[in-house]
Amino acid sequence: MATAPEIDAPADPLARFRSEARDWLAAHFPPSLKGKDNAMSAVEGPHTNSPDEEAWQRAIGDKGWGVPTWPGEYGGGGLSRAEARVLQEEMARIGAWNPIGGMGVMMFGPTLLEYGSEAQKKEHIPAIAKGTVRWCQGYSEPGAGSDLASLQCFAEDKGDHYLVNGQKTWTSGGQWADKCFMLVRTDKTKKHEGITFLLCDMDTPGVEVKPIRLISGSSPFCETFFTDVKVPKANRVGEEGQGWTIGKRLLQHERSSLSGGGSTAGRMFAGAPLGQLAKHFVGVDAEGRIADPDLRGRIVRHDMDLRAFLLTLRRAALEAKSNQGPSAATSIMKNVGARIMQERSELLIEIRGLAGLGWEGAGFEEEALKDVRSWLFGKAVSIYGGSSEIQNNVIAKRILGMLDHQ
Amino acid sequence: MAVLSEEQTMLRDMAREWADNESPVSAFRKMRDAAPAAFYDAGAWQAQAEMGWAGILIPEAQGGAGMGYVSLGLVLEQLGRTLTATPLAATAAATSALLLGGSEAQQAAWLPRIAAGEVVATLAIDEGPRFAPERIATRVENGRLSGTKAFVAEGDSAQLFVVAATDGLYLVSGDAGVTRSPRRLTDARSHAEIVFDGAPAAKLEGGGPELLTQLTDRAAAALCAEMLGMAEAAFEQTNDYLKTRVQFGQVLASFQALQHRMAKLFTELELMRSVVENALEAIDSGKADVRQDVSLAKAVAGETLHLVSREMIQLHGGIGMTDEHDAGFTLKRARVLEAMWGNAAWHRDRFARLGGY
Repeated sequence: MATAPEIDAPADPLARFRSEARDWLAAHFPPSLKGKDNAMSAVEGPHTNSPDEEAWQRAIGDKGWGVPTWPGEYGGGGLSRAEARVLQEEMARIGAWNPIGGMGVMMFGPTLLEYGSEAQKKEHIPAIAKGTVRWCQGYSEPGAGSDLASLQCFAEDKGDHYLVNGQKTWTSGGQWADKCFMLVRTDKTKKHEGITFLLCDMDTPGVEVKPIRLISGSSPFCETFFTDVKVPKANRVGEEGQGWTIGKRLLQHERSSLSGGGSTAGRMFAGAPLGQLAKHFVGVDAEGRIADPDLRGRIVRHDMDLRAFLLTLRRAALEAKSNQGPSAATSIMKNVGARIMQERSELLIEIRGLAGLGWEGAGFEEEALKDVRSWLFGKAVSIYGGSSEIQNNVIAKRILGMLDHQ
Repeated sequence: MAVLSEEQTMLRDMAREWADNESPVSAFRKMRDAAPAAFYDAGAWQAQAEMGWAGILIPEAQGGAGMGYVSLGLVLEQLGRTLTATPLAATAAATSALLLGGSEAQQAAWLPRIAAGEVVATLAIDEGPRFAPERIATRVENGRLSGTKAFVAEGDSAQLFVVAATDGLYLVSGDAGVTRSPRRLTDARSHAEIVFDGAPAAKLEGGGPELLTQLTDRAAAALCAEMLGMAEAAFEQTNDYLKTRVQFGQVLASFQALQHRMAKLFTELELMRSVVENALEAIDSGKADVRQDVSLAKAVAGETLHLVSREMIQLHGGIGMTDEHDAGFTLKRARVLEAMWGNAAWHRDRFARLGGY
């Protein structure tokens, strides 16, 4: 009963888009950039782009495919999730990478699309989609870390504008940012309901940025001081007092991006497998096993933890896709991602002995020097975006229904 | 939860409902106290056979349901939740041997009877207290099998043994040349030493040199599903208890020190579910080498169940140490499952070897 026409019917409804994506990438992605993605660019700050990099960013920015699922009317790609996956597959196939990133893409954009006014979306989203405007986050303060809602940076109502005074800290990339999304206090009599979400140009008079030097030697974070800074009321997102709700939504985007989707996670753990590295530095026994059985045991535990994590990312994605709603598994991703990254860093240091602790200069492998800096910077991942302890609070209360003292 | 077919979802829901209503932990307690000679719950086993679970792995042509290891795992997970004592896992493991290595005649002789629930079958591999499939001394001469197998699950009543000998796997049925000695372990389930003394044996001629490994890996993956159900149920019961027990005028659940311990357990359980489902899916997908998937699952499942079963007692306090409470059942069964078909250390070692280090 089956006949030729049925066999020829297109099996993949996305086949047309796949071929379109393939053609476009072939025409626009410079082969010289294949696999040259710099995962750390957000931390290291901007560098001078090569002409090829410039051209690639412009091409994908104009196409909107750096933010493939954002609406086309604001400069996004307007693709369905399924199409975006196809695009990702096609990019991976040829070693192409997405140059459009940063906080604007990961956190602020999705939040503004949800809560911003039409004028705000028209003003800010296209520039994020093209990668021409860098955003930073004004959340934490010296006295407001894990207890973020105790923030004190005050925005006084001056009719058509707010006058902002106070200090923010841990402002990621503050020294390179064009604009800042921030949480300020507009009402000192209420805690959560007294918080408002503002957008501030970093070149406004009264904004002062001081990079913070970290143990890794780099300065990816800043202290940001606000002294009589005028912020137009048009730059308020949502209503006065709605800032906590909006700010929390943004943190959800932050956490999901920090836990790393499949490709980020895969990239995070690229490089020589720990087992092989250990065989090289520690030597092997008569059966070819790492000569130090204790180290071997810890490496295999880590490798298993990593595999379990990647399988959990995959499971959560499949469950979300099959309309079972968001998987409870997503709540564990940030903590597990952090523990695996930090454990890997510690093992990388330990395996190389003192050669794994080189700070700079001659006598060290380039990889080893990089791993030292990543090890030190990596201490941040269990602290920022809600520390591991805060994540455990969230799991206990929201998922397990364990309430605080009544 | 893995992404399931409609048929699998129905199977899981049916198994969950049956376990909750027809086979709660109190049924296990009753079986333990009654201590029947077979050391399983005969009524529950019969009900499972009537629902077709004994034949989950068996092709429809031979009277089974023609489903796979994910489906078997779904059922065992629900049974693990209530510690249901039936020979389902052991019989399924022996079924795998027939499917992978049995001749057409052997399959025709046994599979329909297993599917109908008429035969309890099991694997008889180890000859000592630790999983060591490379140390087999059992020999076969002129079709007669001799050797001693230790801690054979369901050995008190099994009518069909799949026995590892130096030159392969054999089927032994009936009581000729078979002596059973019960070995009561903490879990109050059936384990026995089986002495084969010239027992008539038929070789499983199919399958390759990896048959024994494939078999024990399938048995291990299935146990992981039971362990997952046990661990999740133990966790849920502990969470419920913390919400009702009041000290210092507050429910225990409101103490942050305990909240964080529970968050840690929850985290490990989510990882455990991923690796267990992955192992079962890997087997169903027909992947040629599932050793790493199974070792990952058994090592993580063993460690996680170990942790949860210890915390269950500690977080319950003194009540958890009483025989009247169910927490002890979990602890005493957990260690048995942790040891069977390779403990966490055994599987970590194999995982590392397969990784080349």
